[in-house]
Amino acid sequence: MRVEQPFAENGRPIPRRTPTSAPYFDAAREGKLRLQECPRDGFFFYPRSRCPNCLSDDWSWKDVSGRAEIYSYTIDRIGLDPAQRPRVPYVVAIVELEEGPRLTTNIVDCEAGAVFVGMPVRATFEDLGRETLIHFKPSA
Amino acid sequence: MGKRSAALVGFTEWAPQRKWDQPMFSMEACAKLAAEALSDAGIDKGEVDGLVIGGLQESPLFPPLALAEYLQIQANFGEVVDIGGASSAGMIWRAAAAIEIGLCETVLVLVHSTPAPVEAGGDAAKMIMPPYLMGDAWGSPQGQFDIPYGLVAAAPSFAMVAQRYMSQYGVAPETLAKIAVDERNSALKNPKAVFKDKPITIDDVLASPMVSDPVHLLEMVMPCFGGGAVVLTSAERAKKAKHRPVFLTGYGERISHKTVSYMDDLTVTPAKPSADKAFGMAGIDRSAIDFCSFYDCFTITVLMTLEDAGFVKKGQGGAFVEEHDLSFSGDFPINTHGGQLGMGQGGAAGGLSHVIDALTQIQGRAEDRQLAKADAAYVTGVGGLMASNVGLVMEGA
Repeated sequence: MRVEQPFAENGRPIPRRTPTSAPYFDAAREGKLRLQECPRDGFFFYPRSRCPNCLSDDWSWKDVSGRAEIYSYTIDRIGLDPAQRPRVPYVVAIVELEEGPRLTTNIVDCEAGAVFVGMPVRATFEDLGRETLIHFKPSA
Repeated sequence: MGKRSAALVGFTEWAPQRKWDQPMFSMEACAKLAAEALSDAGIDKGEVDGLVIGGLQESPLFPPLALAEYLQIQANFGEVVDIGGASSAGMIWRAAAAIEIGLCETVLVLVHSTPAPVEAGGDAAKMIMPPYLMGDAWGSPQGQFDIPYGLVAAAPSFAMVAQRYMSQYGVAPETLAKIAVDERNSALKNPKAVFKDKPITIDDVLASPMVSDPVHLLEMVMPCFGGGAVVLTSAERAKKAKHRPVFLTGYGERISHKTVSYMDDLTVTPAKPSADKAFGMAGIDRSAIDFCSFYDCFTITVLMTLEDAGFVKKGQGGAFVEEHDLSFSGDFPINTHGGQLGMGQGGAAGGLSHVIDALTQIQGRAEDRQLAKADAAYVTGVGGLMASNVGLVMEGA
């Protein structure tokens, strides 16, 4: 089985950035959530070469609020990815950003059992060496 | 009504197993499946002029060519289908469509998930379940935006679908657990089922380990090795087949995303457009269906398919499951073979088990679990993370 995912020193899989996604990861390193915005269709996620709605390439990067709401979540109890086993139980969630797009993340700084659908959260940043990952935590 | 130019006439199905005692190369598995299915259909290999398959482990490039060569078949149609768990159902309609347009007359659909032999001194054959779903190559969005957060394999994705659905519609964990119990009751009558000797209760399901909230272990399929094959042929040729021909009278397919992160609405599956297309083509109502075989990787998949395929109103799937017995002896049979939840998921062949479930019933070959009336079935395939859906309307001749 070919495995190309890079791993952080703590064993966690980390993203391998591409020329297209590099500005997203550069922003994360600065503690900012930066998305592409299409002049016609608004923000979209994940980073793409073209707007997924109109396929035009006149989008631009823009910092967004980092405020979001939990759309759904689960608690990984067993470490479905063996590389994540040291972190169990941890919360995997899809959050809906104030600006519209949804993204998958982890909910941190919070008891797993306290998480609920609709919970207000905000972006927080974890430096894993080679890349910085964007997590979310309760906004209260 | 509907398309009656291509029929499913024979099949073979290997019992799913956690450990596989007879390792073989893909082409060897395909040859065995082909011989068994053709014998069941009463059709000579020389009549086969179409091949629809999954991949071949030892020959990943141009698999239909490699297999045509291995089986010495002059094919007028060859195709590899990869739309995740919906592949098997997708292979069936592609085979039927190729027959319908006159491209070929008799098609072999071959699906296997078996281990290859190991060289002397090598590692023993073992189940390989890639948690990254091949999404980890450089440039893959999945490798950058899903995998680092633990969104791997299938459980957390379907768990988030279930969580959102439960939050929106208030369905109880007991209700989802009942789906696994009803299916298990059918599996007890299927000699090929992994769990044929193990009855379960709702309490057993809820007491099984929580894997990824709200999904318990007994609400997930058991990954197994397995294989299956189906022979399709023209309506004319089907008249001389050994068993009752089963027409594929309608079919539909919908593909919208790969990972669940980008599903428009977690409570709405792609089952609706594929079902509407399939029933529209067949020209029959849902009420004409005698039984269903729904792709059941998780219990939530069955409940949402009931709604989105149009058998139950949105939001009422939970009440429907509570009020009806879904087992083979019940008033609304779904997955009379025990489903993949009860039978085990024979890898890619798990999806084919639903086609074979319907075929077995309509051909009157389901033995202890035979339904009194089994002339029309609706079969689904679900692939990716609730991301692709194929619907098949199958009707006996």
